[in-house]
Amino acid sequence: MHLLLSEDERVIVIGEDVADPYGGAFKVTRGLSTLYPDQVITTPISEGAITGIAAGMAVRGFKPVAEIMFGDFLTLAADQLINHAAKFNFMYNETVSVPLVIRTPMGGRRGYGPTHSQSLEKHFLGVPGLTVVAVNSATDAGELLVTAVKHARAPVLFIENKHLYTLQTTTHLSGWNLERLGLCGETDTFPTIVLCQQFAPASDALIFTYGGMTPLCIEALIRLHETEGLNCDLAVFSQLSPVPTGHLRSIMTMKALPSVCAYAEEASVESGWGAEMIASVEMARQQLGMMAPLMHVRIGADHTPIPASRGLENAALPQIEDIVMTLVNCF
Amino acid sequence: MLMTNSSMMYLRRPLCISLCDRNSNAVALYEMMYTIRAFEHSLLEMFGAGVLAGTTHTCLGQEATAAGILSAIDRKRDCVVTNHRNHGHFLAYCGELERLYLEVMGRPEGICAGRGGSQHLHFHNYYSNGVQGGIVPFAVGIALAEKNKRSGAVTIVFLGDGTLGEGAVYEAFNCASLWGAPVLFVIEDNGYAQSTPRRLGVSGSIRARAEAFDIPVDELHACSLDPCAVLQSASGAIDRARVNVKPQCIVLHNYRLGPHSKGDDQRDASEVKRAWEHDPLAAARARLALEDAWQIEQNVTILIHEAQTRVLDDSIRFPRHGVTYDQPPCSTNSKNGEHPLFAQRGDAPAVK
Repeated sequence: MHLLLSEDERVIVIGEDVADPYGGAFKVTRGLSTLYPDQVITTPISEGAITGIAAGMAVRGFKPVAEIMFGDFLTLAADQLINHAAKFNFMYNETVSVPLVIRTPMGGRRGYGPTHSQSLEKHFLGVPGLTVVAVNSATDAGELLVTAVKHARAPVLFIENKHLYTLQTTTHLSGWNLERLGLCGETDTFPTIVLCQQFAPASDALIFTYGGMTPLCIEALIRLHETEGLNCDLAVFSQLSPVPTGHLRSIMTMKALPSVCAYAEEASVESGWGAEMIASVEMARQQLGMMAPLMHVRIGADHTPIPASRGLENAALPQIEDIVMTLVNCF
Repeated sequence: MLMTNSSMMYLRRPLCISLCDRNSNAVALYEMMYTIRAFEHSLLEMFGAGVLAGTTHTCLGQEATAAGILSAIDRKRDCVVTNHRNHGHFLAYCGELERLYLEVMGRPEGICAGRGGSQHLHFHNYYSNGVQGGIVPFAVGIALAEKNKRSGAVTIVFLGDGTLGEGAVYEAFNCASLWGAPVLFVIEDNGYAQSTPRRLGVSGSIRARAEAFDIPVDELHACSLDPCAVLQSASGAIDRARVNVKPQCIVLHNYRLGPHSKGDDQRDASEVKRAWEHDPLAAARARLALEDAWQIEQNVTILIHEAQTRVLDDSIRFPRHGVTYDQPPCSTNSKNGEHPLFAQRGDAPAVK
């Protein structure tokens, strides 16, 4: 963020409580308003106005990075995102660009209860004109954000799972090769990281995931190998929507596709990211002439609001054990 | 007849006599209003004739707002953000008749290549969108961007009485006032939100809504129908927004003479008839010398006719003489070519 603001005075940070000394509810903007007072706007509690004003500024030459304090409040900005910002480029016949990034923390595991713990990004997938990107623990978050701010011509919804704020990025995993599809800033698609196991020539299962489920999936990979004898690959997507079909095809053709594909997300699975990925995998299989039987399994939260109590929340959200057991049960 | 205070406020007051009577402003403003009226009539006729698909929201009776406000802007730099009922604003902003026809017709040569249609137009610094309320924070964002660029531009955004039901409006008022956005909120109370009269949709005072946010308000009552008075008010408000770098608000009261969109009008016929007796176009015309009015009508009709001739099939004929649009638009349900569009009209200029 410091880099973005110092390099380009058109970058504007706008959101609730983003100014110092508070520096944002999750401290992501700490220090910015002190160093760049003209580029940081702390706002009233008005998610719709934050998003609409940022869109107006984007259309007139600025590069706003808006912060919605909790992803749960994104519903209050939905009209501005879906009916305004995401529409402009297309409906005005590509005569305007909207370089707007909306950052927001999603996810649970902190005991914040039903309205401060959700992963609502699935409701914003599949909106034409809106790119949805999620930070994960296998990709440098700063690099993703810089790419979004510098290169976006249309709005980008930038999801930061709260659980990841305290974690380091995984750049190496003994026993797995980390392969990267897509380079930030050089393509239209945000990168995908694939962890390919080195233990056996063929893999038993391929797990697809994104965001806050990434560290859990990595831990599950290790446990599946060490205690269950299952050798799995993991594909971590940064771009959730539109589905990076080029990356998907690359993953499916890297080596023989295993007989099980699992899709892990923190939200409840119904009408979710995994459902769209299953459809995309099947479409790609048809196009690639892959006829072998393939089992799809989804891993996600219970189909209930997320409870506040630690025990109930743990039971409702997908855990490492859920990933391990779901895969073990496939064999 | 049941008359509501809200929708018919101006009917109980005499039209004010504005300072710019019989000067060149009045001529220019009448021309703008007549163009808008003729264009909107022609669209309803084209729908009736089956030439158009989709929808339109005409601004019959609200031409003084478009003409007065947009005559006060600096077209080189000021920005305009508006709503679904925006043909009048668009024509007053840029006069691109032919490309607006083409856009409404969904043609690639249209202002947005047919992607936007009637409600979603963008041309230079002009943006319209069909969702109520949300355009207001967008406009404040544009105003703040121009302020940061020190361009001196003022952003004008058009709201209706119906838009006041949307929370986004008040979020935008608040931010505009807090951050000194050079924006002019034009609240046009046309009496109806689609079919809902103002008395069922707007509680309390309209002007107090803006004043509560320390936004200065100039409210015109009967004068809202007088384009010269609207122009005068807008010039002052835009100057204040530009010089003081603060939001301003104008509240206008007029009456939507036509249906909400094409033919959906279940209002009391006698109420609408009475409103037509206070048609702002007729009032604007009455202030001109007959020859001037007649000349404008001739010129505009020829322009519209030429534009239509270029964009439409030869089989459809349009009147080529000046028409005084002093009646409600014909029904959009044409029967067997009886639609007035196809009727041969006399060549004598229609002069009231």
